[in-house]
Amino acid sequence: MTLPDTGDLSIKNVTKTFGSTTAVDHVNLEVQRGEFLTLLGPSGSGKTTLLMMIAGFEDASSGDIALDGASILNVPAEKRNFGMVFQGYALFPHMTVRRNISYPLDVRKRPKSEIESRVEEMLALVQLEGFGDRLPKQLSGGQQQRVALARALCFAPPVLLLDEPLGALDKKLRIEVQAQLKAIHDRVGTTFLYVTHDQEEALSMSDRIVIMRDGKIEQVGTPNELYEKPRTVFAADFLGKSNFLERSEATYALRPEKIDVAPSGDLQCAVSVTGKIQTISYFGAVQKLMVMLDDGKCLEVDVDIWRNRNAFSVGQVVDLGWTDDAVTKLEG
Amino acid sequence: MILPFLAVIAGFYIYPIANVLWLSVVEPEPGLGNYAALFDTESLRRIILTTIRICVVTTFFSVLFGYTIAYAMVHMDQRKQNLMLALVLVSFWISILVRTFSWLMLLGHNGLLNNGLQAIGVINEPIAFVRNELGVLIGMIHYMIPYAVLPLLVNMRNLDMRVMRASQNLGATGTQTFLRVYLPMTIPGIVASTILVFILSLGFYVTPAILGGGKVLMIAEYISVQILITLKWGTAAMLATLMLFGVLGMLYVMSRFMKLSAVFGGGR
Ligand SMILES: Nc1ncnc2c1ncn2[C@@H]1O[C@H](COP(=O)(O)OP(=O)(O)O)[C@@H](O)[C@H]1O
Ligand SMILES: [Mg+2]
Repeated sequence: MTLPDTGDLSIKNVTKTFGSTTAVDHVNLEVQRGEFLTLLGPSGSGKTTLLMMIAGFEDASSGDIALDGASILNVPAEKRNFGMVFQGYALFPHMTVRRNISYPLDVRKRPKSEIESRVEEMLALVQLEGFGDRLPKQLSGGQQQRVALARALCFAPPVLLLDEPLGALDKKLRIEVQAQLKAIHDRVGTTFLYVTHDQEEALSMSDRIVIMRDGKIEQVGTPNELYEKPRTVFAADFLGKSNFLERSEATYALRPEKIDVAPSGDLQCAVSVTGKIQTISYFGAVQKLMVMLDDGKCLEVDVDIWRNRNAFSVGQVVDLGWTDDAVTKLEG
Repeated sequence: MILPFLAVIAGFYIYPIANVLWLSVVEPEPGLGNYAALFDTESLRRIILTTIRICVVTTFFSVLFGYTIAYAMVHMDQRKQNLMLALVLVSFWISILVRTFSWLMLLGHNGLLNNGLQAIGVINEPIAFVRNELGVLIGMIHYMIPYAVLPLLVNMRNLDMRVMRASQNLGATGTQTFLRVYLPMTIPGIVASTILVFILSLGFYVTPAILGGGKVLMIAEYISVQILITLKWGTAAMLATLMLFGVLGMLYVMSRFMKLSAVFGGGR
């Protein structure tokens, strides 16, 4: 993939207030060209509002937004040239797939031949050849989502904004479309700014993830950095599962799969404690044990089922252990 | 249980309609003579043409103004929108007679407007706003606008506004978004309100009689003259039958468009 010559987006100290609520609170973010960046946060954390300010549908209360170094705050939405895939897709219901996709070129009055070949190219990109003459109503949710994507990429925007584009799809389809979306990103090289509240989605697709909370950025990093080195309780809890340990005035995060477990007396580890299994939940590949320690605290432990066939049962006393590098010290 | 009601409906609706159909082919003598009169009676043809012309013009302007009003309403904040809706609904309660006579007082030779214009010297002679076709049109359009507004308002309120944002985001100007997206998505509302206004206009009776000053004769008034004064029941029944089938035809067209609107209805 060659690096595109545009698509650096910088968000400088941007704040947005609605009356007394602060939807976005002094956000600073540098989105690099060609990057797949995900805004991850619970509902109401200001993700959509931030995207709307970038797209030009909301005015920032303060701060600046710049593309390739030039401020775009005074550029109206229709001139910003950012592609956008809306929550619910917002396809034009009265137009065929082909006319939907060609729309951005139609309104720019591009020559017919260019439009035709570009639309075919886009239909191929999203694997919808042969669907060009259907109405959106006649497509499945996943297909509509791909039309929305093709339409937004058709005019080669420097940045593509996606607001929970997979939210309406069922889980199996979602995983499939995630892979397609990532492949398309790698092919077109456009900067993707992706919004979701689904942590698995964020982990599987992103180059970097921005965790948002109450309009503020909680932490930024690659999926691996965020998973392995969360800085706060919120980050550790929102991205993946975590146990929290209080040791000498500090809080540590400990992922459930980083705990070794063995029948009592069998374990040799740096740190080890004993506890009693309270519940076992079955997930096919793994089972989750809830283990109550002697001090009354519960730890969640993930166990690979195949490698521990019939090893554990409810009520059993077990040893838990972990190495020093398995725990992460948290701030605050 | 519902049988008695069916009987009542048959008695009160089906029977008179059947009777009219029957009369149109047996009065004054059996045959299609009444229908043939359409082709060789000049005055009958003129009345039908006048009716169609007035109804078409009324419908065009009512829907045009209705569209503008509905469009303005959906873009207001909720409080203003409710107020506007109340104003539109209140106008349904004011008798057509009252509204028609008000126009006479406003636009007549010695009406408010003519007197006012003369007083400030804009005109020397009063302008003939009423007692002609213009007067009929003004009265009818004014009466019909609320009917045009309602179907359009329902249509516009149910539009997914994200679609307009998407259009803007894809680079369309406001005019382009309106012409390419908004207008096509309101076609079902336009068709519904056009047909509603047209059908209601066909039956207009009081307004042409008063504001037309006896010079503008429309079908509905002509039918009543045939029945009450000249006692030509056959001609009256023929015209009524003609109107009935015209209206049924338009309702059929409307039902086709309503199905289309389900196709356009977006994700839901
Ligand atoms: N148009 C608006 N008017 C008032 N408050 C709003 C508006 N849009 C968003 N908010 C508020 O801003 C906060 C962030 O909302 P949003 O950006 O939609 O979050 P997210 O997309 O992360 O779920 C919420 O508290 C929401 O209620
Ligand atoms: Mg949102």
